[in-house]
Amino acid sequence: MLFTLAAAISILAVALICVFLFANGLPAMFQIGIPEFLLGTTWKPGSGMYGIFPMIVGSIYVTAGAILVGVPAGILTAIYLSRFAGSRVASVLRPGIELLAGIPSVVYGFFGLMVLVPFIRMTMPGRGLSLLAASLLLGIMILPTIITVAKNALDAVPRSYYEGALALGATHERAVFRILVPAAFSGIMAAVVLGVGRAIGETMAVVMVAGNQPVIPNSIFDGVRTMTANIVLEMGYAADLHRGALIATGVVLFVFIMLISLLFSAIKKRGEER
Amino acid sequence: MDAVTASEKRIMEPEKEQCMQSTRAEAAAAEAKMGVEGLNLYYGEFHALKDVTLDFPKNEVTALIGPSGCGKSTLLKTLNRMNDLMDGCRVDGCVSLDGDDIYGDLPVNDLRRRVGMVFQQPNPFPMSIYDNIAFGPRTHGIKGKEELDVIVEQSLRNAAIWDEVKDRLKKSALGLSGGQQQRLCIARALAVQPEVLLLDESTSALDPISTAKIEDLVIELASKYTVIMVTHNMLQAIRVSTKTAFFLLGEMVEAGDTDALFTHPKDSRTADYVSGRFG
Amino acid sequence: MTSKILRTLVYVGTILTTLVLAGIVGYILINGIPHLKPSLFEWTYTSENVSLMPALIDTILMALLALALSVPTGVGAAIYLVEYARSSSRFVRAVRMTAETLQGIPSIIYGLFGLLFFTTMLGWGLSLISGACTLAIMVLPVVMRTTEEALLAVPESYKQGGFALGAGHVRTIFRCVLPSALPGIVGGVLLALGRCVGEVAALLFTAGTVAQIPDFGGQGIFAIFDSCRTLAVHMYVLASEGLHMDETYATAVVLLILIVILNMGANFAAKRLKRGM
Repeated sequence: MLFTLAAAISILAVALICVFLFANGLPAMFQIGIPEFLLGTTWKPGSGMYGIFPMIVGSIYVTAGAILVGVPAGILTAIYLSRFAGSRVASVLRPGIELLAGIPSVVYGFFGLMVLVPFIRMTMPGRGLSLLAASLLLGIMILPTIITVAKNALDAVPRSYYEGALALGATHERAVFRILVPAAFSGIMAAVVLGVGRAIGETMAVVMVAGNQPVIPNSIFDGVRTMTANIVLEMGYAADLHRGALIATGVVLFVFIMLISLLFSAIKKRGEER
Repeated sequence: MDAVTASEKRIMEPEKEQCMQSTRAEAAAAEAKMGVEGLNLYYGEFHALKDVTLDFPKNEVTALIGPSGCGKSTLLKTLNRMNDLMDGCRVDGCVSLDGDDIYGDLPVNDLRRRVGMVFQQPNPFPMSIYDNIAFGPRTHGIKGKEELDVIVEQSLRNAAIWDEVKDRLKKSALGLSGGQQQRLCIARALAVQPEVLLLDESTSALDPISTAKIEDLVIELASKYTVIMVTHNMLQAIRVSTKTAFFLLGEMVEAGDTDALFTHPKDSRTADYVSGRFG
Repeated sequence: MTSKILRTLVYVGTILTTLVLAGIVGYILINGIPHLKPSLFEWTYTSENVSLMPALIDTILMALLALALSVPTGVGAAIYLVEYARSSSRFVRAVRMTAETLQGIPSIIYGLFGLLFFTTMLGWGLSLISGACTLAIMVLPVVMRTTEEALLAVPESYKQGGFALGAGHVRTIFRCVLPSALPGIVGGVLLALGRCVGEVAALLFTAGTVAQIPDFGGQGIFAIFDSCRTLAVHMYVLASEGLHMDETYATAVVLLILIVILNMGANFAAKRLKRGM
């Protein structure tokens, strides 16, 4: 009986989160006007203008950048760990990647602030605090997620596929890339989707390196503000409608996350049916 | 790690020379497509094959029989070097294909193209029937669509499955029945135009009807290919093969003409086995 | 030819990943270790000496409190799912679905919720307890999932052994199943601990940023309503103030060391779990 109650806590938690988020965010959204809120391009709480379109675009840009950076390196590393690495190399790399997963985002952010941002400022146009910096940093941060999930998917491919390919005279590389990787495709896609979820929800690291101007960036060297950054930057002093608008930003972010996790379970389900 | 390096150095020089001499002698006989001579194989400490010498005649079916764990599957795997995948596996002695030492200069991928293999469990790739068959030819550099179409059809016809799948070539191979999947795997092996076909208990996972179809197919294939099959089913060996070798505990006890081996075995252990006294 | 290109690609990708990992850790260690001075471990924080000691104590208090709330709940829920539930029931599906949902929610959303519910609605203010409750919900799915996996790995025969001796279901669970699943559960708890230690976004608006140890001596249990800052929050505040970079590096080193210890503990537990089977 007590166990049932414990199990019910997670349902209660999700319900509470939804209720409180929506109850506090939606009224503000209605008051501002849904089109003005979602599609408005000016965010000036001082003059009562609450358009979060730049932040939505910012989140999407930063996430797309992170995917471009993190997915190729992550998948290749997963392939290496699953099918190329000797046991000695793997036994060093695996804890390393676990460490990478455990490093707090504020440490990543600080590293970005002290290393990536100055480097970009010196070698490229702009002030360094930029879409590029945020994308690079987030790309690094999603590596462990992508590596772990993609590696599990590759490890789960039956050995007989690999043997079958080799028996036809395929090289190790051809067997891996033409047979194993396609066979693990849905698992690898799930890894990418999880990476997207992490990137879009990441807050502290992005705040520290992205510049945070609430304007749609014109180039990758411009600053950018994500939805998460919008909340964390202004929540401390916001009141009334401003506060409501920030919570409503959280609602939009929440909806994005829900869509991503729906996509994730759809991919997982398809993978299981295969 | 040590075992891997050991297996890379598996052929020692004196033995190699010996091997070349004997294969020249075999080439003179002109009958054998493949042969093993003085073959010893170890898994770590375990001595899995003990001094095996055996010829596989060209365009005939040779059956390897014996109780499970006797080394017959292990021997089969040494013939296209699939045993390379086993950790700690070490081979001494000579295995030849057309007189060439397959553990010598012959690139392993060429070897596996020339010596195809069908496994115990059907293992079609999770892709379309067409792509399954085309995988091998594509691996060896054939890219043209028309050429591939011809190869796919021919291979499926040779494996006696064309009529069953010709309308669903683009469908996933995983949707086929077990027997169909196994014939698809045979077609896939044929598509790279091998010279030798290794069958590793390839009917043991199938129902009797599918088994009969594959046995008929194997008999037919023997006109063009050298077939070497491992089977635990003695009746199958009698029905399909012309030469049989009997293995026990890693030793080759007796080999010869199938009818002779089953009717007049020379060794008492063979006699015990074929009359059903061992598992 | 293609094989060589593919192989090169795989190696390049892996080397890049490794370099990035080594680069980040190495950079933090090289810049931080020289600044790990005794003064950083003074008992009080002042604007001249930004001691990390109060934050370290706060981190431990916060994490322990969060785990005290989430571990019993998470383990209980996992026991329910593995031992009692019929997987087809609507309730079970809802539990699994919501647990997965919780796992995907970003920490800033937890922070918002904590602000709205614990801090404002329940009137707990920016406090240790608001922060701990928020973290507890955040790590609940981690504890639940790892415990479930550990329980599922326990051989059925252990349980049957318990039943065969005439033990009841609850007794069997606590005497036969839980002990052999313990390393797995510990591993999950350590992972959860790691998340608590590194969290910032969920704590900024629930626990606040006051750099002092809650005054349990003076206020007794009511000190849980004091605001406090954990080590990660401390580091964020220092970094954004930009006045004490050396100390920020040092704080990062302490955080890294904590994470390494927790990871090693989790790996050790996982090994124990495997060997125990």
